[in-house]
Amino acid sequence: MKFVDEYRDSALINSLVKEITRLSEGKSFKLMEVCGGHTHTIYKHGITDLLPGNIDLVHGPGCPVCVLPMGRIDDAISIARTDGVIFTTFGDMMRVPGSTGSLLDARAEGADVRFVYSPLDALKLARQYPDRQVVFFAIGFETTTPSTAVTLLRAQAEGIKNFSIFCNHVNIIPAIKAILDSPDLRLNGFVGPGHVSMVIGMRPYTFIARDHGKPVVISGFEPLDIVQSVYMLVKQLSEGRSEVENQYTRVVQPEGNVRALQAMARTMELRPFFEWRGMGFITHSALKLRAEFADWDAELRFNVPGIRVADPKACQCGEVLKGVIKPWQCKVFGTACTPETPIGTCMVSSEGACAAYYNYGRFLRNSSAGTDLSSSPSNSAGTDLSRPPEHGKLSLQK
Amino acid sequence: MDTVTNNHNGQASQTLEKIERVRQARRNKFYLREERITLSHGSGGKATHNLIEGIFAPAFANPMLDRMDDAATFTPGPGTQRLAFTTDTYVVSPLFFPGGDIGKLAVYGTINDLAMAGAEPLYLSTGFILEEGFPIADLRKIVTSMATAAREAGVSIVTGDTKVVQRGKADGLFINTAGVGLVRTQATPGQDQLRPGDKILLSGPIGDHGIAIMLAREALDIENDIQSDSAPLHTLVASMLEAAGQDIHCLKDPTRGGVATSLNEMAMASEVAVMLDESAIPVRPQVRGACEILGLDPLTIANEGKLLAVVAPTAAEAVLQAMHAHPLGREAAIIGTVQTEPPSMVFLRTDIGGKRVLDMLVGDPLPRIC
Repeated sequence: MKFVDEYRDSALINSLVKEITRLSEGKSFKLMEVCGGHTHTIYKHGITDLLPGNIDLVHGPGCPVCVLPMGRIDDAISIARTDGVIFTTFGDMMRVPGSTGSLLDARAEGADVRFVYSPLDALKLARQYPDRQVVFFAIGFETTTPSTAVTLLRAQAEGIKNFSIFCNHVNIIPAIKAILDSPDLRLNGFVGPGHVSMVIGMRPYTFIARDHGKPVVISGFEPLDIVQSVYMLVKQLSEGRSEVENQYTRVVQPEGNVRALQAMARTMELRPFFEWRGMGFITHSALKLRAEFADWDAELRFNVPGIRVADPKACQCGEVLKGVIKPWQCKVFGTACTPETPIGTCMVSSEGACAAYYNYGRFLRNSSAGTDLSSSPSNSAGTDLSRPPEHGKLSLQK
Repeated sequence: MDTVTNNHNGQASQTLEKIERVRQARRNKFYLREERITLSHGSGGKATHNLIEGIFAPAFANPMLDRMDDAATFTPGPGTQRLAFTTDTYVVSPLFFPGGDIGKLAVYGTINDLAMAGAEPLYLSTGFILEEGFPIADLRKIVTSMATAAREAGVSIVTGDTKVVQRGKADGLFINTAGVGLVRTQATPGQDQLRPGDKILLSGPIGDHGIAIMLAREALDIENDIQSDSAPLHTLVASMLEAAGQDIHCLKDPTRGGVATSLNEMAMASEVAVMLDESAIPVRPQVRGACEILGLDPLTIANEGKLLAVVAPTAAEAVLQAMHAHPLGREAAIIGTVQTEPPSMVFLRTDIGGKRVLDMLVGDPLPRIC
């Protein structure tokens, strides 16, 4: 398939892996992929299995479902249970457990909870049911924030009053900052988020390279993208450099998407602080609607309990999100906490480190599995490995 | 450096211990925790298993049911031929979709369940639950479609039932069918019959039905001409049995939950491992494209006209040729092998050469597809 197969070329991936192995010989590197989309690709395609053992990929906090604290889920459920409300959300959020069940449970008990693919679909529902209150559960990093912003602007322009947003948008940079400041962590570099960077550009990461001396490579989401980004990081480290580089040049512009940033700035402003699952309160890390859009703010329209709920004792999502432990090192991983009966958020979304690991990665690292599948295509590519692949130019023995 | 190595060793043993615990938990965890039915219980994936194993299986327990195959097989009396018996209910939404409708699905689905037991389908029953206000014209269309499907497949619908419920108490109409067939093979293919070394055969490209329904229903504005693959598989099975009847250890049509769920069921029932080669699995480019966009895995998407066959290695080529000679098996392929270790697991060698676990479907990306 075009624009997909090019980025899953096993010969090219293998040649990169060889280079990574060569450059990293005798050293070991801990690299954090910030974005949950990367975590998903890494496990779905078995990338950890291809990389040498001295390259340790640590899964970061970039899974929007995973970082939401329980109290916010309870708030969402309370809105969903309000008479006359159609509560809309992305599919993943339905299964996230609050302190007394999930949105899925609320639906089974009679609440009108529906899943949508975009906030604009929720706005469509509001037009369709003028006598009902339609609420959209807005979650996500800078990737999804612009679509919420655009939806708000449209609701305002069309004067749709039976629509509101329960805003839980968060920003990635404060979270990375919190991780860099946390004392129990030793990272060598970051695989930077691709889609977030498409919006915010490359500049916000400069402090990581400059002040903390950790290289950052902004990466795409296909297996080849990620392996190449790891290669670029290892290359920087072996040459003693620490810079912000862009592997995802086919999508990410250095200055980001100015129109998206403008729409966000028009409709939303920073909250003084926001609670992150397992990471506690982080200042200036989340967004709320501006006063001009108060009419569309579900937190003002509905009676939201807003009670902070402590994470379940057994759950170690916080440590997983900070990369302090691996998913399987959590006490309840795979036993009490599984994708069908999750205790922690990381086990819910397919982007969550625990769910990704449970679904795809279990047993691989240290079990005897897969002994007859060890042969892999040999590498005969003599391509410039540091140049990102471009459409149409990638034709190795094909 | 030393401490790093020590940490690694400690971690490794800790991990191994953990693996064993998870494996134990995975085996013993068919229990029902929920207090109410959710849509996941109808997904055909893990939650459905928990529901069946938590409520139905213990209540109805008997040796025939306990095999948990698509159809039960039995000999009604001494000297008589073995029969296969099965039932299925259809709640698909929308009722009409590209490549078929609920009526055709109801006939073919039950025919296929019988075929998977190695049986020649003979007679079907059907039950209708109709909602007050349902258009007669639509009902006529669906019933005509059922009649055509049955006639073309060579089965007769010999008994039936109709119920009507108030408006709002059912979504248009639901159909149940049951079927009886004559078992044409001496062997008893079943999901507990997999042996190490066996080859896994798949009759054609996967995911067509689920994606066709999803695109027809969700108004996703994705331009496509994907059709449901709804088709009766009994003649394909007959020619496969003719080629190597004794060597076919299991037949299964990967409907809800897709190929991933079917293979996990087999691996668990037979306590073997299954190794799949992702690049060998046929998927139409359009279906693959839709899956990429929607974040779905074709391996967990439903099919209504495909089958998986587990065949002894010596007979795999012969069965594959027989499949290729049949119109419904032209794109058949060998997609994997059965191994001894680690038991009850399915693995995938990914398109880039990595390895990963392939689990059953969890949750429900798409309720009411059949």
